[in-house]
Amino acid sequence: MTFAEIKATIEKQYPGSVLENEGLGDHQVELKGEQWIEIATYMKTDPTLCFDQLECITGVDTGEEGPLQSRYNLHSMEHRHKIEVVICHDRKNPKVASIEQLWRIGDWFERETYDMFGIVYEGHRDLRRILCPDDWEGWPLRKDYEGQESYHGIIVPKIKEEEGWE
Amino acid sequence: MGIVHGDQMILNIGPQHPSTHGVLRLEVKTDGEIVSEVKPYLGYLHRCFEKHCENVTYEQVVPYTDRCDYLAAMNSNFGYVVAMEELMEIKVPERVDYIRVIMGELNRVASHLLALGVYGLDVGAFTPFLYMLRDRERILDMFEYTCGARLLYNYMWVGGVSHDLPKDFVQICLDFLDYFEPQISEYNELLTYNKIFIERTADVGVLPADVAVSFGVTGPNLRGSGVKWDVRKDEPYSIYDRFDFDVPTGTGEFGTVGDCFDRYWVRMLEVKESVKILRQALKDIPDGDVHQAIPKKIRPPKGSVYRRTESPRGDLGYYIVSDGTPVATRLKMRSPAFTALSVLDEISRGWMISDVIAILGSLDIVLGEIDR
Repeated sequence: MTFAEIKATIEKQYPGSVLENEGLGDHQVELKGEQWIEIATYMKTDPTLCFDQLECITGVDTGEEGPLQSRYNLHSMEHRHKIEVVICHDRKNPKVASIEQLWRIGDWFERETYDMFGIVYEGHRDLRRILCPDDWEGWPLRKDYEGQESYHGIIVPKIKEEEGWE
Repeated sequence: MGIVHGDQMILNIGPQHPSTHGVLRLEVKTDGEIVSEVKPYLGYLHRCFEKHCENVTYEQVVPYTDRCDYLAAMNSNFGYVVAMEELMEIKVPERVDYIRVIMGELNRVASHLLALGVYGLDVGAFTPFLYMLRDRERILDMFEYTCGARLLYNYMWVGGVSHDLPKDFVQICLDFLDYFEPQISEYNELLTYNKIFIERTADVGVLPADVAVSFGVTGPNLRGSGVKWDVRKDEPYSIYDRFDFDVPTGTGEFGTVGDCFDRYWVRMLEVKESVKILRQALKDIPDGDVHQAIPKKIRPPKGSVYRRTESPRGDLGYYIVSDGTPVATRLKMRSPAFTALSVLDEISRGWMISDVIAILGSLDIVLGEIDR
């Protein structure tokens, strides 16, 4: 299936779920967060779509005013087509349904995105930090992140705006 | 880890343990010798790769990619530059494409040799390791001759490569291949068809194809489960569509499809395929200027790109978001070893502790890439 056909299929099944976004690229589609788990289940189980592989989940911070985003790269081993789903989250309270039980790798990908951006994946059975230590403060890859001064007595290096890393 | 009943106990393997291939801690719940749960704890090597990338220019990212997958740094570079060139729509000269393929495949052979040798070491065969490292050394010598570095190359740049090949490189490489090809059957005699090795690996840690796909396992691990998926063939990048090579898959030669032996065996067959590609590339390599397409200043247009390439460990993806400045807004590396490690718990349950070591070794993980 081509990208346009995939998009039309989703739109037909879940009217109003596909949002218009001018800034997106060729293979990207923005979906409403509320229905994500149903749409994801449909995308995985529908025989014409059959997205059985979750390639990657990328968290993106669009800047100080903008929302946080989760971007899902999906691929179908059977039909060899792909799509990228973008879901925006409110910056103050970023949360979306977890797809951990659909694609098993979602478990670790969601934990990583949670670790770096603080996006809460509701329904995830074991949502904790994966790369940073459990008692780390803040969400490192957010644009407004300010690192803690010390961690268990170890001084944490700071970033200088102009000169890069100190 | 929850409640521990009766004869159950919790065993920590790592973070400093020779069989964890780096700094990884496994919390293993066992009942006697039988494993009922494996929980990997990562992050001991976390170096904020993605955060660094938001603070340096696009050119300066290349050395960081080296340090992620340090056993196949050429392939790490390759993935990044391919993604950047897709974002910026740069067409590189033919010669650069050929050089990249040659370097990428040589590094794949080197990485697989280490993986196979260390796997032998994991299950108790010491000698094959020395043979494979001896031959890997010759590949590293060739890299050193080309770009001065043996492990972390910073060789592929956006739009080109840092140095052209030395004049006699093609001959040196062909000599190496002539020497190397007969060695593969020597490895097989030493390790592959060894009865003890087969007993340790065949039928152990079976990874069914649907589980592998669901866990996002890629590369030789996925092909070991019988799925014919290779980014070089299925989503060709660079000039891989010009070469004639096969995609070996696991057949369950001595046990079940998707067992440790299959994952090992697929790597061995892949080495042969890489040699095939190398011979074709060395034959056709054209002349040209390797610096011609390197942009003076890298300023990609606004937008994002996700591009995956086939590294020795699987699908290595780069997700790059650009806002038109010389510094990336977001750069994510989708690491194949990360997904491969996530499946460990699923396929280790019910096996003995010594088998967990064999299973972990067969997944061929690099912690530098998992923790980034």
